[in-house]
Amino acid sequence: MHTKSLKGLVIPLVSVLAGFIVGAILMLIFGYDPIQNYQNLLIGSLGGIYSIGETLRNMISLILTALGFAVASKAGFFNIGGPGQYLIGWFGAIVFTLKFSYLPAILLIIGALLCGALAGGIWSMIAGILRAYFGTSEVITTIMLNYIILYVVNFAVKSWLASKGSDSSPNIVSKANLNTEFLQHITDNSTFNWGFFIALAVVGLVWFYFNKTKSGFEIQAVGLNESASQYSGISVKKTIIIAMLISGLLAGLGGAIDGLGNYENISVSNNLPNVGYNGMAVALLAAENPIGIVFAALLFSALQIGGLSISVYSNTPSEIVDIVIASIIFFVGIKYAFEIMVKKGWFKGKNKARKGGAK
Amino acid sequence: MSLTTILMTVFSTTFVYAAPLIFTALGGTFSERSGVVNVGLEGMMIIGAFGSTVFNLTFASTLGSITPWVSLLIGALFGLVFSLLHAVATVTFRADHIISGTVLNLMAPALAVFLTRVIYNGKGQTPVINQSMGDFTFPILSKIPFIGKVLFTNTSLVAFIAIIIGFICWFFFFKTSVGLRMRSVGENPTAADTLGINVIKYKYMGVLISGFFGGIGGAVMAQSITLNFSASTISGQGFMSLAAMIFGKWNPLGATGAALFFGLAQSLPIIGAYIPILSHVNSVWFQIAPYAITIIVLVIFLGKAVAPAADGQNYIKGE
Repeated sequence: MHTKSLKGLVIPLVSVLAGFIVGAILMLIFGYDPIQNYQNLLIGSLGGIYSIGETLRNMISLILTALGFAVASKAGFFNIGGPGQYLIGWFGAIVFTLKFSYLPAILLIIGALLCGALAGGIWSMIAGILRAYFGTSEVITTIMLNYIILYVVNFAVKSWLASKGSDSSPNIVSKANLNTEFLQHITDNSTFNWGFFIALAVVGLVWFYFNKTKSGFEIQAVGLNESASQYSGISVKKTIIIAMLISGLLAGLGGAIDGLGNYENISVSNNLPNVGYNGMAVALLAAENPIGIVFAALLFSALQIGGLSISVYSNTPSEIVDIVIASIIFFVGIKYAFEIMVKKGWFKGKNKARKGGAK
Repeated sequence: MSLTTILMTVFSTTFVYAAPLIFTALGGTFSERSGVVNVGLEGMMIIGAFGSTVFNLTFASTLGSITPWVSLLIGALFGLVFSLLHAVATVTFRADHIISGTVLNLMAPALAVFLTRVIYNGKGQTPVINQSMGDFTFPILSKIPFIGKVLFTNTSLVAFIAIIIGFICWFFFFKTSVGLRMRSVGENPTAADTLGINVIKYKYMGVLISGFFGGIGGAVMAQSITLNFSASTISGQGFMSLAAMIFGKWNPLGATGAALFFGLAQSLPIIGAYIPILSHVNSVWFQIAPYAITIIVLVIFLGKAVAPAADGQNYIKGE
């Protein structure tokens, strides 16, 4: 009974608390004021219309990459390809917008988002096909595909989109921008954009998909027991490929929305976009529950946006928030440690559970 | 350019770029042979690069030209300590190996850049080191006609050391009883346990050695290629080393060979300009080659059965 309740809300909550404590200890060691910094973090992320707008905008891609990771994970696959799928989605959306800029705004936006999502989906599906037909580990292929797409996109941006000597594509036409004047007006000129509502709608769709559709059920069945699913008539190969396709579609959509709503162009980059990895962190904290993902994304987004103001108001390096995020996932990962504590009777009653985690 | 000079350039750049990959890929084999999947090699390299660079900058004036070599060891120790996280999480607390490895990759850049800012007054990157690993010409071997010039002149000493260590690791795994025990833990921990092998101890050893070598890999990268530390010092080399380990079929010699090959692929964009046939090939092909080849090799030549049988599974005594 105890273990069951632990798997619900207690593990994420204790992990979050423990993560913040690790951050606080580190700040104390190096002579920074944790209380002041956490206060700045809260104000910087949720302390005004502008910062709330930024935090909500930053949630969009976290939610979508997390959902993508979750879909693959439900089918039993570890899709580390989020960063690459996000990147190709971003790239696809920008290319579409630049090439078809004469289309009416609504068609242009829908086309660009679809193009980005499809690009992400197809890229991810490669790993699914290889897994289904050759048994190739999706962990390895998605990692390799990440780096392949990083260099391909860099090459494509530099030689096809950017003007000579430049490292970025031109900006998209303003009618394709998801960050409309109206939204800028009501959110104090933040980058909050319509993509946020798309992301929330997708959360609902994914929830519906998992709970109310045959295909969603099949994905979870394959994740739980591949051979039993095969035996009961589910096409395992098809399910694997669909799971990876949807997973990539979602991450690609995340990249497409960020491309249209936030960046408005695409540049050459040395590194893969971090959001793909952070999306994984969000999904892991939420235990792959679509509704939980919204709250986990809010937390990590607030940490990231608030983290920017940490280094503005003090000389504390803003990387402290990434340390907190990594620590939280570390604690989520070692949930067995909490189970040991329960067995040894460290937690007596739910209220004291938090104190136990603090030790 | 004469053929000898071209070949000399090809070999020396290949060695320079392969050295960090060899060390890290060897590290990967230790961890995975003991049954712990290690996608956190990238993080271990980052910590090693950070530790070695800070040490180098701090002690260059006292230690002089020996600094980069001592820095390698310091980087190794940093990597070892950092890998303790992975060992504790996966071996003791039964965490999913890939989640734990991902935590290393999230934690390493955050922690290393945080500390860099603490040490260097808020700057996100360290100054450039003065004592780096320069070219090395072997005293006697370089006198051999042709080969001496191509292989042993103005080349990377640390790469030769890496290759030798590759052979030593192979000897360890396949010719010593400790190596056999470590492999048995990765193949069938229950059987190993029955024979009185301390499974937990060997898994810890595997992960910590992988941290040690991953740290050296990162340190070599910083001491011989980037010459400072920043968030972009290690950008994918850890994952490329993982690929080399798989390409090399979890065998130290295979991993060393694969790492050399990937080093060649990485150096081709640089030396391609000097080679008539290659100068027309777009560098993007060389950049994606290591990753594409890994996928192709996995699909065509390797089934599932090549990785250690119990790789990635947590060992729970009595089950």
